[in-house]
Amino acid sequence: MFGLNQKDTKFLLIVVTLTLLTPFLLNPFPTDSAMAQFNAGYPALMQRFAIYGLMAIGFNILFGLTGYLSFGHAAFLGVGSYSAVWMFKLLSMNILPAIILAMIVSGLFALAIGYISLRRSGIYFSILTLAFAEMSYRLAYSVLTPITNGETGLQLNLNDPRVLDGVADTSSLPVPGLFGLKMNSTYTLDIGAWSFDFNVGFYVCAVIAILGFYMSLRIFRSPFGMMLRAVKSNQQRMNYTGLNSRPYTLAAFVISGIYAGLAGALLAAMDPLAGAERMQWTASGEVVLMTILGGAGTLMGPVLGAGFIKYCENIFSKINETILHSWFSFLPDSLESVVVWFFARFVGEGWHLTLGVLFMLIVIFLPGGLVEGGQRIASWWKNRGKDEDSSNQPAE
Amino acid sequence: MGILEVKGVNKRFGGLQALGDVNLSVKENTVHAIIGPNGAGKSTLLNCLVGKLIPDSGSVMFDGQSVLGRKPHEINQMGISRVFQTPEIFSDLSVIENVMIPCFAKRDGAFRMHAIETVESEKDIVEMAEQMLLDVNMQDKRNMHAGSLSRGDKRRLEMAMCLVQNPKLLLLDEPTAGMARADTNNTIDLLKEIKDKRDITMAIIEHDMHVVFSLAERITVLAQGTPLIEETPENIKGHPKVREAYLGEAQV
Repeated sequence: MFGLNQKDTKFLLIVVTLTLLTPFLLNPFPTDSAMAQFNAGYPALMQRFAIYGLMAIGFNILFGLTGYLSFGHAAFLGVGSYSAVWMFKLLSMNILPAIILAMIVSGLFALAIGYISLRRSGIYFSILTLAFAEMSYRLAYSVLTPITNGETGLQLNLNDPRVLDGVADTSSLPVPGLFGLKMNSTYTLDIGAWSFDFNVGFYVCAVIAILGFYMSLRIFRSPFGMMLRAVKSNQQRMNYTGLNSRPYTLAAFVISGIYAGLAGALLAAMDPLAGAERMQWTASGEVVLMTILGGAGTLMGPVLGAGFIKYCENIFSKINETILHSWFSFLPDSLESVVVWFFARFVGEGWHLTLGVLFMLIVIFLPGGLVEGGQRIASWWKNRGKDEDSSNQPAE
Repeated sequence: MGILEVKGVNKRFGGLQALGDVNLSVKENTVHAIIGPNGAGKSTLLNCLVGKLIPDSGSVMFDGQSVLGRKPHEINQMGISRVFQTPEIFSDLSVIENVMIPCFAKRDGAFRMHAIETVESEKDIVEMAEQMLLDVNMQDKRNMHAGSLSRGDKRRLEMAMCLVQNPKLLLLDEPTAGMARADTNNTIDLLKEIKDKRDITMAIIEHDMHVVFSLAERITVLAQGTPLIEETPENIKGHPKVREAYLGEAQV
């Protein structure tokens, strides 16, 4: 089905189901319970899961398949956001034209940057993309202020022309929508002690992310995807086999740039403003972390990595010392303050420390990322009955 | 007029004259060996033929067209395939994928955006690759990881990758270097089989005289960047000039 074999179709359907059920899956704890702060099923965070998941899926087409490590993908994210906000300002609050323009602009931008950067490979390629992204960031921050509104960031304004929307009500800023469906409208379903948020913005992002995932699945299974893996495996052999590796890597670069631009447009659609800091190198590094953490070159890995990082960022950073004190109140006072002091370094503003430690542990013990962890658990689960009779055999 | 005509090729690396006025003519459907002691310029010559190096002067004509200034992938598309000293394969890919990639290159040219259909849906390519694996007796390793093959099988796979493109000229750079005697003999058998089955021209660079005399129909001896002599194997054996070039290096 869908041009895929049975196994992939099943995989795709599982991904679709899980994505659509996200509001339930991420809210496992009753709203008033102490564990509720670990719930991630609120609209803003779920939107981020889908958007950054989408960006990582695209990044993985470049990095996972060809092995070219770009350190400049945040530039495309930023360009996508700026394009989208300009579309909101000039044309319409409908997100479709914004998304289309963002994809075109980021694609062209990626074509230009990729054309130059791909003259080198390895570390030099990474440095070139990093340099381009930093230039883009600096330009957006200062020189290009008429387009980007500098450090304030590009925002909607009551006097924006918005040609297609005509005269809207002038008392408050309009909200992006899809043919009248507002991105910020949420339906809350209460079941017993639980409540689940169904947000239009999340579902728009989720559907687009699923389409993006489906496209990436097709690319992975296509001859084009095979050529990209060949680039990573042995470029010399590829050239002596009559294939020009340059256009293949450039195509992969542009495709992943378009994914990033699309993600940027969705960020702007959820919250219509675009700032230069979205293009900073830390943002480029983040998508690299997501892909490696989840498992570069695997289909599901980048999405898991994106979810993992965004979850840590939003949940660990919310835990403060008061919450820690309430957790450890059973300890004697002197001990409690020590324990709380220790754990406080890893939460709140220190959540990066947690992320860093987890990242190191995963890279050292699971070089294939979270996906490899999942596979190990699965094979352990399958073999657990057989272990007694075949304990002498070496592990596979 | 041979299929490959090298005329007056010179190549310097700084103060070293790696190739000095090399002339070479490889006739169609023959196996032509290029031998010579270490540093004779055999590999430099080969690299000039495949676009890795550009000679300082001279001409290299293949099938009536100049190869000079063309990139390796363009030269391959003209019909020259190359086997490397250490097998160059896609070790992260499966055996069948390794053979399918050259099939795609042959059918679709140097680049084609082929991103929607699955690889399996390309029935003719799959069939062609499977037939090739059958020809080199590797069909049972179809889905193995190419990187996990034995060295002999890697060599076999690399040959298959070149042959599946049906090249007009197959260049072999020391195909048996570092191999055990048994593997060397297998490779000789494989090459003989290839030669008997298809119309193919081969140019072999080789150290191992056993391999050279089992296969070659013409032999060029290269010494210090210049061809000394071009002859049939019978006439090469015991030729005084060859003895001189190889003095103490091998028994000819």
